[in-house]
Formats: sequence, C-alpha cells, structure tokens
Amino acid sequence: MTSKILLPVYSLWKREMIRFLRQKNRVVGALGQPLLFWLFLGIGFKTTFQYPDASSHINYLQYFYPGILTLVILFTTIFSSFSLIEDKNEGFLQGVLVSPVSKTSLILGKLLGGTTLALLQTLFFLALAPFLGFSLSPFQFFLLFIFSFLTAFSLTGLGFCLAWKMDSTQGFHAIMMLVLMPLWFLSGAFFPETGLPFIFKLLMRLNPLTYAVAGMRHLFYFEAPGFLVDIPSFDLCILITSLFGVLTFLYALFVTHHKSC
Amino acid sequence: MPHIIEIKNLTHSYQKKIPVLNNLSLDIEQGEIFGLLGPNGSGKSTLFKILSTLLFPTKGSILFEKKDLLNSREEVRKHIGVVFQNPSLDKKLSVFENLIFQGYLYGLKGKKLTQKINTILEKLDLITRKNDKVEILSGGLKRRVEIAKCLLHNPKILILDEPTTGLDPSIRASLWKDIFALKQEGMTCLITTHLMDEAEFCDRIGILDKGYLMALDTPSHLKKNIGGEVVTFKSKNINDLSQKLKKTFSCSTKILDDELRAETNNGSDLLTQALKTFPQEIESVTLSKPTLGDVFIQKTGHSLEQ
Repeated sequence: MTSKILLPVYSLWKREMIRFLRQKNRVVGALGQPLLFWLFLGIGFKTTFQYPDASSHINYLQYFYPGILTLVILFTTIFSSFSLIEDKNEGFLQGVLVSPVSKTSLILGKLLGGTTLALLQTLFFLALAPFLGFSLSPFQFFLLFIFSFLTAFSLTGLGFCLAWKMDSTQGFHAIMMLVLMPLWFLSGAFFPETGLPFIFKLLMRLNPLTYAVAGMRHLFYFEAPGFLVDIPSFDLCILITSLFGVLTFLYALFVTHHKSC
Repeated sequence: MPHIIEIKNLTHSYQKKIPVLNNLSLDIEQGEIFGLLGPNGSGKSTLFKILSTLLFPTKGSILFEKKDLLNSREEVRKHIGVVFQNPSLDKKLSVFENLIFQGYLYGLKGKKLTQKINTILEKLDLITRKNDKVEILSGGLKRRVEIAKCLLHNPKILILDEPTTGLDPSIRASLWKDIFALKQEGMTCLITTHLMDEAEFCDRIGILDKGYLMALDTPSHLKKNIGGEVVTFKSKNINDLSQKLKKTFSCSTKILDDELRAETNNGSDLLTQALKTFPQEIESVTLSKPTLGDVFIQKTGHSLEQ
C-alpha cells in the first residue's frame, strides 16, 4: 500500500531533482534574480526608507531580507509551475495520466519536488546571511527551515492549481505578473502596512503571502520586537500558512479530478 | 478469438457541439493488429483518448476484458500500454532513467525492474543506448524507447497513436517489424493511422470519417467487396464523358478530383471499349486493382488526403 503511493511520489520527485541539476541556467536564474533584487532595491531605498519605529534603527536592506527570502521561494515555485506546463506540452504528463498512479501521488510528487528545490535555494540564501550581517542561532535556522517548507509547499500548491489548466508558458507569464507578483508586493515584503490607506491594509491582511513574510520576519527578529511593528502574530502566521498549504493541496486534488483527464 | 475491447454506441461531443464520434460500435479481438484509419478530424484521436482513459465520452459503453473501462479506469490502466504521438519521454533523462521512473509509476522496483528493463532494451535493440540522454536520440529511436516504456508493466494491449508519423520510410518499416514481433508474442495492438499503406499491415481496420464508422473488416475483404477493378479517366469534358460512359456501358461512375472513376468487374474490357468508342474525349486512362484508398473513396465519397 505504501509503495503504491510513495514509490510514484519518489519517482516524480527524483525526476524533478535530476532535471533541475541538469539545467544549470535554472539554478543561476532562481538564485541570481532575488539576490540582485535585494541588493539593488535595498541599496536604492536605503537612504529614503524610514521604518515606523524610528528608535529601532532598521535599515532597508535588513527590512527587505525576510521578504526576499519569500521571493526566492516564490520564484522557485513559479519555475516548478512552468515545469508542469512543460510536462503537459512535451507529453510527459500524459504518460503519467494513463498510468495507475493516483492523483494524490502525482500532486505530492510534483509539489514535494518543487518544495525541495525551493528549500535548497532558501538554504543557499540563508548561508549568505552571516556575510550580510545577520547572525542566526541553530534554533533560529531550524525554525526558518521548517517555516520555509510550509511556505514553499503552499506556494507550489498555488502554482500547481494555476498551471494545471494552462497550456502555454506565455499564459502563465500573465498570471505570474497579474497574480503572483502583486501578491508579493502586497505582502509586507517591500513596505510595512503602517500608514497605508485602509483598503491596502485590508488587502494585505487578506493576502496569504503576508503571513509567510511576517513569519519570516518574526524568525529573523524575534529578539528585536522593534523590528516587528504592525505585523500579524507568529502563531497566526504559522496557522494561516499551514492552512494555505492544506487548501491549495485540496484544491489541486479537486482540479485534477476532473473527469476528462 | 475473444474480444479484448467491446465498444458500444459510443458518442462524444466536446462542449455540446456537433458530435465528433457518432454512435460507434466495434470490437477488438485478442491478439490482432487493429487499425483505425481516418483523416484528421475523423474522430480517431478522440477515440484514442477515450480508449487510453484520458477522456470520458458523452455516451456509450466500453468493456475491457468484460470490465467496464470507463468506470474502473484505475484498474484498466494497469493493463494498457499507451504510445503517444508526442513522446512522453523526459528528454533530459537517459533511456534507463526514463524506464526506471516509469517502472516506479507502476509499482515495479529493485532487481526485478532492472532485469525487465534490460530484457526489453535487448529485445528492441536499444541496449547500447541505455545510458544516452533521450534528447540526443534520433526520432526513430525515441519512438522505440517510447514503446519499450509502455511494455514494462506487461500490458495486455498496446494503443499506438500514429506511431510512424514523422519517421523515415526505412525506420517506419523497422517499427512495423517491432509491432509484428509483439503480435507474435500475443500482444493486441490498436493503431491509429492516416496512411493507407500502414492500414494494409493491419489484421482488421475500421474506417472512420466525420465521427462515423464507415467500414470494418480485413483489408483484403474490403478491397474485394469494392468490385473488380477501377478504371480512371482524364478528360477535358469530364461530365460529358461520365454521361456517355454510363449510357453506353451502364457502369457506375464517380467524379473526384478532376478524374472520372469507374468501378467494374472487367476493367480491361471497359478500358479498351471506351477508348474505341470515345477516342476524342479521353486524354488518359489508367486501370488498377482496388486499393484501400479506393475503399476509402467508395465508403466516404472523398479521398483520404482531403
């Protein structure tokens, strides 16, 4: 029974790993872009950015770091969603669909593949942290790892649901620009909600990614509460992010269970 | 021979538009090579999708070894091998990796799986390419790996969608050799094609046109039933010649693609008589035994190329 579900999951997961490692440009792209984002935007805004709590002396590079970690995860999961569309267009997916593999295994294999890749890149980015002036305790590191897993799993799930019905990567580009990037812009990664119009505040509180970014922020600065103005509590962050993961997984099951595939 | 697949009154339409399959019924016998012949848009791809469990039809029933194929798809999937027109191989992986991962999907693993892979690669003459990445293989080899992949779980039937599309004639021939070898071992093969010469290789064929099954028989029976021979005339005034031939020789004629076709029991007689009687009207004339192409024209009223 376990081999019936887990063996196909392992198969799909491992394929994802091998594919990734054989496409070096994917590795470079997913790592390079957030790093450049962080440096360019961070340095650019450093002089003008003023944190709500002026006494905490937080600069923009520091403020931006947790949000960039979330962006690393978001980018990797977007890449995974592209790979789903490619699987569909190149024909690999049809071979899986005519096999006795259950939809649960198919989704889990794909999601865990994407999640693992996202985690690898998060680890790489975290490894840079000491050089950027952050000191992380092993416990902090461990919690960050767990929380990144939750975030990556739920975002890969969201990408899966969005990509499942698509047949072109161009179409997904539009979704990425219209849905995923705004989700990230309004997550508190860029700017805190303090002083924003009510409608923006509301949008940010409804955005599941807000809780992912806030969770990261808690984990980086839990010893410096001055850095944690106007964000949801850590408990709420874990709850919402986990719930988001469960919901996207269930929705993925729902969309793939359509009768004609 | 017992029937491995029984299709009854199958109808399918996409989004409530005109049906692409119309009340289609046919049986596929154990161990035969069955060809589905039809032009693009005839509905053969839709039928292929339904049989490979990817599409749920609007109406009708299908039995696979007496089991309801449509409602026990998970069970049926264990016993069918599907060779797609678009290769389902992962190009970034090697031949062996592709097969290993495919094995896992079917719950096979360990030594048993490796042995099975080696046997199949040996049989299909692929063993020397085992560790090559799929992206560097030629089109013909890819198709053969595709077949190898579908044989791993010992399916009872292979369903192939236009397996020779895009391949050179010589590679086509070798692929058919593989298919014949599989038949020798008792495999049932269902093949869709739009090529007459490939349909000739099948034990039985079904001719599909605009969603209707127009004919179902062995190629030789179909050709025999069409009557004796076909005489094809070319003429400047084709309608006039048609009337004259009908009147004089009381044979059935049909105008198609600027050619006048007459089917008759004795073609050489008609040919010589017609040339004697209407030497002015006839530009050229050919005599041929009926081909599956003629069968197709007779059954559907148009040629396959259209």
